[in-house]
Amino acid sequence: MTFLVLTSLLKIFGIVFLVILPMVSYTVYAERRVSALIQDRLGPNRVGPAGLFQPIADAMKFILKEDFTPAHVNKFYFWLAPCLAMVPAIMTIAVVPFGSSLLGVPMVIADINVGVLYVFAIASLGVYGIVIAGWASNSKYPFLGGVRSSSQMISYELSLGLAVIPIFLLVGQLRLTSIVDYQIANGWMIAPFLGDPTNLWKWLLTIPMLISFVVFTIAIFAETNRLPFDLPEAETELVGGYHTEYSSMKFALFFLGEYAAMITGSAIIVTLFLGAWHLPIPWWNHAHGFHWLLISGSLGGWLGFLGGLFNIFTFFAKVAVLLLVFIWVRWTLPRFRYDQLMRLGWVFFFEIALVNIFIAAIIVAYMPK
Amino acid sequence: MSPFFFWFFSAMMLVFGAAVIINRNPIASALSLVVSFVGLAALFMTLDAFFIGIIQVLVYAGAVMVLFLFIIMLLDLRAEERRKINLVAFGGGLAVALVFFGQLYLVIGQLRQAKQPFPPLALPRVDDVRSVGLLLFGNYNLPFQIIAVLILVATIGVIVLSKRELR
Amino acid sequence: MSIVVRRPNLSWSEKLYLPAIFSGMIITLGHFMKMLLGRTKVTMQYPEEKWDSHLPDHYRGAPALVKDERDRLRCVACQLCEFICPPRAIKIVPGEIPLGDRFAKVEKYPEEFDIDMIRCIYCGMCEEVCPEQAIFLRKDYAITGLTRAEMVHDKKKLIEIGGVMHGLVLKWNEKK
Repeated sequence: MTFLVLTSLLKIFGIVFLVILPMVSYTVYAERRVSALIQDRLGPNRVGPAGLFQPIADAMKFILKEDFTPAHVNKFYFWLAPCLAMVPAIMTIAVVPFGSSLLGVPMVIADINVGVLYVFAIASLGVYGIVIAGWASNSKYPFLGGVRSSSQMISYELSLGLAVIPIFLLVGQLRLTSIVDYQIANGWMIAPFLGDPTNLWKWLLTIPMLISFVVFTIAIFAETNRLPFDLPEAETELVGGYHTEYSSMKFALFFLGEYAAMITGSAIIVTLFLGAWHLPIPWWNHAHGFHWLLISGSLGGWLGFLGGLFNIFTFFAKVAVLLLVFIWVRWTLPRFRYDQLMRLGWVFFFEIALVNIFIAAIIVAYMPK
Repeated sequence: MSPFFFWFFSAMMLVFGAAVIINRNPIASALSLVVSFVGLAALFMTLDAFFIGIIQVLVYAGAVMVLFLFIIMLLDLRAEERRKINLVAFGGGLAVALVFFGQLYLVIGQLRQAKQPFPPLALPRVDDVRSVGLLLFGNYNLPFQIIAVLILVATIGVIVLSKRELR
Repeated sequence: MSIVVRRPNLSWSEKLYLPAIFSGMIITLGHFMKMLLGRTKVTMQYPEEKWDSHLPDHYRGAPALVKDERDRLRCVACQLCEFICPPRAIKIVPGEIPLGDRFAKVEKYPEEFDIDMIRCIYCGMCEEVCPEQAIFLRKDYAITGLTRAEMVHDKKKLIEIGGVMHGLVLKWNEKK
């Protein structure tokens, strides 16, 4: 019992302070550098080698700035909103298996049997931070941002939830670690044929899985308020959206909360579709011939320790690649108009996800076990 | 389950439940209700009913209350804050509540089963998600389908009503 | 009269938007890769790379007082530049050259010569008007200071910036 509490605390501390928060600040840095490179600029390259200390300088700036609370705001809720924006984004990571195991300790903070539903539940709480910020600021632009955000998040939660149902049909479990185990045994969800390339059913299954992946990823974009769905903070229309009235560290919490949400969103996509910490390595030896080598923490000895570390590294490397895609999309696509956004969510993705469930159900029902 | 968590979350639920009716500001009321729901969900989880707890957060705290907030924000809040407390109605309500509470106390106090402690929870062999699913789609399939049709009818009704042009 | 602009009729593939999105992403990826490989020209990285060597001869930088080859300050304190200076940045206190000096016939020299670089607009009028070829706009452009007093260039500083100018007309020298 004590061991469980101790390791859990260690994992929480390690993930939040050693992985998520540094990753958040360096995602901001990557965002600035990549956007600059895309636009034929150089981006921040002054602080430290290649500007790598820029996030530290930014943090210092945010801390040292005056923390201004406008006179016309609703004080209590104005202070509450930034916390509510940051907390759900970090809480979501609790159920994500970010590695196999390290020294016999499973690398997931809380392995509950309703993992994915937990993710959706906490993500749906994320809207409160934005809505309360918009309302408590007591001015027009933040309010419009807050209202937009709440309707957008509710709309896209539907397609988010429906898009993952084919996975549950296949796995028969909501537990995220089971989904990962299934993917290791039967090929990643985005490409189920990898597990057994001779099986035609697996190739057929790829179609609904690919659709699921696309719909889910786009819904995650909308949930995290990223361009092309960043209407709650559309600079050109709403000044700054819901955080117009915020400054200094309170603004930073919104800003970093958005990136933390991006990281957890990517972590969920990686876990559900891209095989989580699993990275098969092609291997050849005399006894078995050509086969895929599975590296995991269960190997035992120092090899297992290294394997566990490698798994954690693999997971976050996949997350980092997805984050780069997030950034890439942001600096390519223009923003949707509000009615287009709603139309896309309710008329297209909702229907596509529904039909997709139907297709997946048929395939799963007739697929020989 | 540690009794500490039970008392903590029960107290949280009750305090914020009371805050829902005490607060004059509708937004504060709605947010108190959200916290109360979260406390309820936590209580469910301490009973190992993860599915119900998560659904409590997902549906009530995450979706229904957001819509509530959405509507409340579009209303004029000052009218609500200006309203005075009707003392007679307040006293009457308090009296009714006290009488009801006393009655509950008497009835439960005389009930024999209420005095025995519950047997400890047996660890379920299947997931609670799975058992909920099996019950819904097995034993109660017909009522479930009927409810589904009912909700569909309601949805269509709402669409028809909102699409009708005002004459 | 109003003109009705017809919306373009989109074909099936255009309505799907996906091809457009992907071609857009390929374009940005192309820019990204070209930048990574260093094939795109970017602006000069100022503090490390400076364009000093590319400055044209007629560049108008900080005004400065020059000496000729014989180490004589050429300014005769005629105060024409002080008079012409549009923002009135120049302040000259003339002094008399004592009799018996080799250049006594010049009569005046600047006892103090201050140019307020906060005011200076680098117009070059002082250089234009100077009858003695004594004040020139040199190629210094990064003039900084922490106080207002620091931004006023006095005579010493001006001579330091100006340096020696070769090939000027030496009209005050003795003939033969």
